[in-house]
Amino acid sequence: MPLSFIVAWMPGSRNRVLPRPPHLPARATDFRSLLAGVVSIAWGATGASLAHADRLAGATLAQQGGGGAPACMTCHGATGEGQAAAGFPRLAGQGQAYLLKQLQAFADGTRKNPQMAPIARSLSAAQMRDAADYYASLPGWKQAGAPHTPSAQYTQGLKIVTEGDWSKEMPACFACHGIAGEGVPPHFPALAGQPTAYTQTQLSAWRAAQRTNDPLGLMQAVAEKMSDAEIAAVSRYLENPSRAGKEK
Amino acid sequence: MSFRTWYKSQKQTRKFHPGWIVIAVGGVLVVAGIIAIPATLVAETAPPPAAAASPPAASGHGKAPGAAMPKVIEQTPGPARLRNAKTIQVDFSPPPDEAMPTDEFGKAVRLGKDIFTDTQTYARQYVGNKLNCVNCHLGAGRKADSAPLWAAYGMFPAYRDKNKHVNTYEERLAGCFRFSMNGKAPAPDSKEMVALVSYSYWLAKGAPLGVELKGRGYPQLAEPSQKPDAVRGKQVFEANCALCHGVDGQGTEMSGRYVFPPLWGKNSFNGGAGMSKVKNAAAFVHANMPLGKGNSLSEQEAWDVAQYLDSKPRPPDPRKGKSS
Repeated sequence: MPLSFIVAWMPGSRNRVLPRPPHLPARATDFRSLLAGVVSIAWGATGASLAHADRLAGATLAQQGGGGAPACMTCHGATGEGQAAAGFPRLAGQGQAYLLKQLQAFADGTRKNPQMAPIARSLSAAQMRDAADYYASLPGWKQAGAPHTPSAQYTQGLKIVTEGDWSKEMPACFACHGIAGEGVPPHFPALAGQPTAYTQTQLSAWRAAQRTNDPLGLMQAVAEKMSDAEIAAVSRYLENPSRAGKEK
Repeated sequence: MSFRTWYKSQKQTRKFHPGWIVIAVGGVLVVAGIIAIPATLVAETAPPPAAAASPPAASGHGKAPGAAMPKVIEQTPGPARLRNAKTIQVDFSPPPDEAMPTDEFGKAVRLGKDIFTDTQTYARQYVGNKLNCVNCHLGAGRKADSAPLWAAYGMFPAYRDKNKHVNTYEERLAGCFRFSMNGKAPAPDSKEMVALVSYSYWLAKGAPLGVELKGRGYPQLAEPSQKPDAVRGKQVFEANCALCHGVDGQGTEMSGRYVFPPLWGKNSFNGGAGMSKVKNAAAFVHANMPLGKGNSLSEQEAWDVAQYLDSKPRPPDPRKGKSS
């Protein structure tokens, strides 16, 4: 790493390594690319060990709480699986960047939630990262149990989730959230396995513009095209999604 | 003097035969008819002349990209899709998937849909990049203004400037494989081609033949007020597209499958594809991107971002053997 530092700071090395686009002011670009280089070098050298440490700290936070925050598992389940009856979301296997962003949003009020706001505010930036790292490292949702006979609502949910309804410009959920709803980091969270009540609450909040922390307003644009019945069907399907959607 | 006596006197003097009046009036009516009937058709489909003729009000403004598009053109009702002012557009909705037949023909239709939505799996040997048909034809080929199959099917056979002869629908699909998929076309009687034609035919069930349907192709945009610019386009791209397609435009891959398609480079469409034309890319982007927020970018932003895409490398047009 020290050698990398020296090379990065050597006069003349910047333009050779990273040619500057002609339309951008020289100084800003060079400073930014230099900074990015240094950060990525440092990250590469220490990232692996740090991530591991973060995860351990996150596990402690999840199981015991810390600094005034209760243990995450109290509501989000022993293995981060969520709590279906109460509508507490599944965290296990969720994208790290997404989880971190939500914690920050709860803390700064850009995502409103009376339970999470005080908890998020009591966490330090490092603790937020630890918790996000920990839950992201846990295994994601896997379908378990025998396929059941799908209700009409489940089938309707399957159709919206996989195909959307383009007659009203409504894209499929899985067009962005992954082919099986497993999420597409860093921006698109996993949907598969989320409790019905959680998804339903969130979609309704997007639609009512009560939740607005989505990039480019993408989620809001979709949710506002959904009817109550469609929200219910999608939420129901996503709790236990099956690709085929039929009994075998 | 009655008309009859006037008529006789005129006839007898032989200076002027009144029959000429009849011929003249008849002639005027015929000429008027020739002009008026197509004019009525044009009026049904063409934008109001006042809006069309107004000069772009905001051209030359030093405004930020996006704010520069003149309101006049924005307000023009659906000007873009009118490639040919004489066509009358007809509303059509394809049948729902639930109505798909379950017999042998239905199997071909189902396979066609599978190929269309997951070309990488079902027509692997014909594809030379990482795209699927559905990347440019959204909603499994159903979405209006995203080159839907149901609107294309009934417009073939047709003469195409692209290859200077009359193309069947199969040959049109073959063009997609050769250019947009940067691969090679399945034979007209291959099971893949039969399936794709079957799916298209089924989606177009009940549509009039040879008639321009509303939602066909991508709604072409009016000429931009500012020349499309890749530098402005880069900003549009990074603000609105990079979220899914990546700053490097290489799409997002999840466990071997692309959730968001690569837009340039070796995994994308080649230089002979319709989408490699700036005007087509601009039209597609404006009507359909970002996904679920079609028509949210200004027309100028769509032109600029299309110009940016055009500035990027991609596989060469196989007809030219060099990158275009």
